[in-house]
Amino acid sequence: MKTLALAFALFSTAILAAQSPTYRAPRTPDGQPDLQGFWTNSTYVPLERPQGVNKAYYTPEEAEARIKKAEAAESAQTTPGTTADVHYDFSQFGLDRSQSAFVRSLRTSLIVDPPDGRVPPYSEEGKRRLAAREAEAKKLGGRWDSAESNQLDDRCIIMAGPGPPMMDTAYNANYQIVQTTGYVMILTEMIHDVRIVPLDGRPAPDSRVRQWMGVSRGRWDADTLVVETTNFNGKNPFQGSDENLKVIERFRRVGDDTIEYRFTIDDPTMWARTWTAESAMKKTVGPIFEHACHEGNFGLYNTLVGARLEEQRAAEAAARRGGSSGPPASSDSPAKKDSK
Amino acid sequence: MRNWFLIATSAALLTAAGVAMAQAPQAPAAARPAAASAYRAPRTSDGKPNLNGVWQAITEANWDIEAHSAAPSPIKELGATGAMPAGAGIVEGGSIPYLPEALKKKKENQANRLKLDPEVKCYLPGVPRAVYQPYPFQIIQSTKHIMMLHTFAGAVRTVYMSDQTEAPADSWMGWSNGKWEGESLVVDTKGFNDQSWFDRAGNFHSDALHVVERFTPRSADTLNYEATIEDSKTFSRPWKISLPLYRRVEPNAMIMEFRCVEFVEDLLYGHLKKQPASK
Amino acid sequence: MRHRTLVSALIVSVVIAIAMAATSSVSGQSAPLEKPRAVAKAVPTGKPYTPPKTPDGQPDLQGFWTNSTYVPLERPNGVTKEFYNKEEAEAAMKRSAEREAEQTEPGTTADVHYDFTQFGLDRSQSTFATSLRTSQIYDPPDGKVPPLTAEGQKRQQERAAARKQAGGQYDDVKNMPIGSRCIIMGGAGPPLQNAGYNANYQIVQGAGYVMILTEMIHDARIIPIDNRPAPPSGVRQWTGISRGHYEGNTLVVETTNFNGKNPFRNGSENMKVTERFTRIADDAIEYKFTIDDPATWTKSFSADLPLVKTDGPIFEFACHETNFGIANILAGAREDDKKAAEQKKKPSSN
Repeated sequence: MKTLALAFALFSTAILAAQSPTYRAPRTPDGQPDLQGFWTNSTYVPLERPQGVNKAYYTPEEAEARIKKAEAAESAQTTPGTTADVHYDFSQFGLDRSQSAFVRSLRTSLIVDPPDGRVPPYSEEGKRRLAAREAEAKKLGGRWDSAESNQLDDRCIIMAGPGPPMMDTAYNANYQIVQTTGYVMILTEMIHDVRIVPLDGRPAPDSRVRQWMGVSRGRWDADTLVVETTNFNGKNPFQGSDENLKVIERFRRVGDDTIEYRFTIDDPTMWARTWTAESAMKKTVGPIFEHACHEGNFGLYNTLVGARLEEQRAAEAAARRGGSSGPPASSDSPAKKDSK
Repeated sequence: MRNWFLIATSAALLTAAGVAMAQAPQAPAAARPAAASAYRAPRTSDGKPNLNGVWQAITEANWDIEAHSAAPSPIKELGATGAMPAGAGIVEGGSIPYLPEALKKKKENQANRLKLDPEVKCYLPGVPRAVYQPYPFQIIQSTKHIMMLHTFAGAVRTVYMSDQTEAPADSWMGWSNGKWEGESLVVDTKGFNDQSWFDRAGNFHSDALHVVERFTPRSADTLNYEATIEDSKTFSRPWKISLPLYRRVEPNAMIMEFRCVEFVEDLLYGHLKKQPASK
Repeated sequence: MRHRTLVSALIVSVVIAIAMAATSSVSGQSAPLEKPRAVAKAVPTGKPYTPPKTPDGQPDLQGFWTNSTYVPLERPNGVTKEFYNKEEAEAAMKRSAEREAEQTEPGTTADVHYDFTQFGLDRSQSTFATSLRTSQIYDPPDGKVPPLTAEGQKRQQERAAARKQAGGQYDDVKNMPIGSRCIIMGGAGPPLQNAGYNANYQIVQGAGYVMILTEMIHDARIIPIDNRPAPPSGVRQWTGISRGHYEGNTLVVETTNFNGKNPFRNGSENMKVTERFTRIADDAIEYKFTIDDPATWTKSFSADLPLVKTDGPIFEFACHETNFGIANILAGAREDDKKAAEQKKKPSSN
C-alpha cells in the first residue's frame, strides 16, 4: 500500500540541483568533514544513457515521467496470471524505490565521461579476456545446474551495493557511514558488507591479497574524501572489469542530506581509457537492519531442488514416451540397459 | 651544558608542533608503534631483560607465511571452520627466495599438504613455526638455560646460554645457543633435520637450515620477534620474517596440554586396524 | 612434613652415584656387561647441607638429573626389612643387571629386540642412583602399595574387562601400551618414576616457575609457585596440573586434575600426588612422593626415589615422529591375520 504522503514528503526534500554552493559540511570531533549517518543511493538514473537519448539532462517533466514509468513497471509484478505473480509484490513490502528515499536527478545517465554517457568499448585485450571468462562460465552449466553456476546475489555472496563502486540495488539500497580517527567505515546493508578505509597513507597490500571488495585506501582532499581501491579478486566484475581494476571514489557532502558520489573506473587491461560516473547518496531513515542473507537462503536451495525435480520428471516423461519397460532413468545419468 | 641541550630540544619540539598545527585540517596521523629500541624491560634477578611469561603470536602465518587471500577448506565437511583466512604475510620483502628446484618442491608440498604437512600428523613443529603457531608458549628463563615450552605437541626448545656446544645430532626443534645483545635475546639454532615445514602451505627447508632469532621487548606486554632464515640448499639467499608477540595477560595463564598423538592415531594407523572376521 | 631433610639423610645414609668414567653412552660398546665401577659419594651425615640459591633466592635444584635405579617400587616378596646391607644391595643390583643382559641371548624372542647393553641403554652404563633401600615405598612399612578399596577393585576389574573387550594387543593401536604409542612414558609422572633407560631430567627455575623436563617424551612440567588458585576441575591432563611452593629448602609440588588415561598403578583421576624435592648434596636431590587416592587405596603411600646428577644435555626424543615400531607391528599382525584366514580357506591341509 503506497503512502503517497511519504512519497511527496521525500519528493520535496531532495532535488540534487538545489545544493547550496556555500555549504560547508559539519566536522567530526577530530576535524574531518562529517559524512556520518544513514544514506541511500537508490535512484532512477541508469548507469548508461538509454538508446535514442543524446543529451546529458532531462527536463524536470521528462525526469518525472521516467520515475512514473519505473514505478508502473514495479507494480506490474503483481498482475495476476503472470509469472511475475509468483514473485512477491515489491510494493506490498515497501521495497520498491518510490516508498523509500531516493536520489533525484535530471541526468540521463550516471556516466558523465565519456560524454556519450556509455561505458567505453573494450580494448582488444579486454575483449579477449571477456571472451575467455564467458567460456569459463559456460563450463559451469546452466543457472540452475549448481549453486556455483548461479548468480552471486542469489548465492548470498555479494550484491551490487558495496562495490566499489557502490551501485544501487532494487531495494534496501542503504548505507551507514561511521568515522573515527584515522578511519572511515562504510556499511552496506546487503549483505552487511563493511569497508574499512584507513586514512594514514599506508600503501596497498601485497598483490597476492585479493578481495571481493578489493582493498581501499583513503585520504582527504580538502572536503572531499578520495578513496582508491585495488586488489580486487576479479570474481565479481563490475561492467566486465577484471582483477586489475582500480576504482577512485570521491565523497563530498554538499548538503545536510546529500553526499555527492563520483567514481572513476581505471582498468588498463579492459579499457584503453578511464571512465567516470556521478551519483549521490541521500539521507535516509536508519537504522540498518541485519541482512542475514545466507543464513536464510531457502531460495537457492529450493530452486535447485525444483530444478532437479523438473529434470527427473522430464527424464521420466521421456522414458515413458520411449516405451521402455525398464525402470525410469535417473536424472543424472543416461538410461542404462539392464546388465543382469 | 645539559640544560642548554634540553632547552634547545624543547624549543625545536615546540616549533615543530606549531608548524604541524598551522597546517590545513586533515585526518590526524595514525599513532605509530613505539620504536623497539626505546623500551627497557624490567630485569630478572640476575640482571637480564626479563622474558619470563606466557606469549602468543597473533597472525595468520601458520596457514601461509607469505601474503595470501582467504581460501576454502581442503575438507568439505569442515566448511568454514577448515577454511584459511587471508594474511598479509610475515616475510620481509614479500616472497621467499626459493631456488628453482626447491620452488617446484614447495608447490608439490602445497598441492599435497594434507598428506605431507607434518603438523597434520602431530609431529614436532620445528623453528620458527612453533613461535607463530596460534597457541601460547611459555618462556622460563634461568641464567644458564632459557626454556621455550610450546603447546602444540608439547614441543620443547632449550636455549643454552652457557656451556654451549654444537648440535650433537639432528633434531626437529634444532639445537639452540643464545646470548644477550643489549635488550635482545639472540638465539642461533642449527642441527635441524629436514622434516618440518614453515607453515601449512608447503614452505619447507633442508637439513642445512640455520635460524637466528631476536626476541626484543617492545613494551611491558609485547615482544618484537625477528628470525633470519638461511639454507643454501633451498634458498638463494637468507631471508627474514618478523612479527610481534603478545603476552597472555589474563590471571593464571598457563600452557595446557595439547598431546595430539592420540588424535592422529586413526589417521596414521587406522588402516592397520584388525577388521572383524568375515563369516 | 614428616621427615626433615637431616633425618632422611641419616636414614638413607649413603647415596652412591656411579658414573662410568670414560665411556659415553652413545659409543655403543659391544663388550659383555662389566661390573660397574662404583664411585661412592657419601652424603655427609650429621652435617646439614645448604643448597646454593638461584638469583631469585630460591633453593637451587637446577641441572641435569637421573632417577635411574635398581631399587624397585615395591619390596620384593620374601624381603621384610627396609634396608639391605651393602652386600645384599649389590647382589640385588647384579641380578637386575644380568636380567637386562639376558635380552641378548641368541635364540630367544628377546634376541630380536635390540641389545640394551650394546647401545649403552642399560642402567649399569649410565649414571644411576643406588641406595640400600629394598623398595622405594617406605610407607606403609611393609614397602608395598596398600590394599585396594572396593571401588579400586571394581575399577581394576572394569579396566581389565574393557581391555579384553577391546581385543588383542595388536588389533588396534589403541590396544597397545601408551609408551609404545609415544603418548607418554613412565618417567614423566607425576610421580617421577624410573623410565628404564634415558631416565633423565632437566630442572630449570625461572621467576615464579619451576620446570621439570623429562627426556622421554620431551614432557615439560611447568610448576607455578605464585600462590595461584587450584586449577578448574574441568581441565584434565595426562600429567595433571601442578602447584608448587617452598617449605624451607624443600620444593613441595601438589598435582591434581589427572585425566585418568595413564593412571599410576591403576589409580583414579582424582589422585593427588605430593612431591618433595630437597637438594641434599651438590649432586643429589632427595625426591619423595606421596600418593593420596582414597577412591583406590585404603590409605596413602609414600616413596623415596632420589635424583642424582648426570651429564647433560637432554637430547630431543622425537618418539612419535619416528614411530615405525607401531606401524610395523600392526602391519605384521595384519599379515598374520591374513595368513590365518588363508589357512582357514584352504581345503583340509595335511
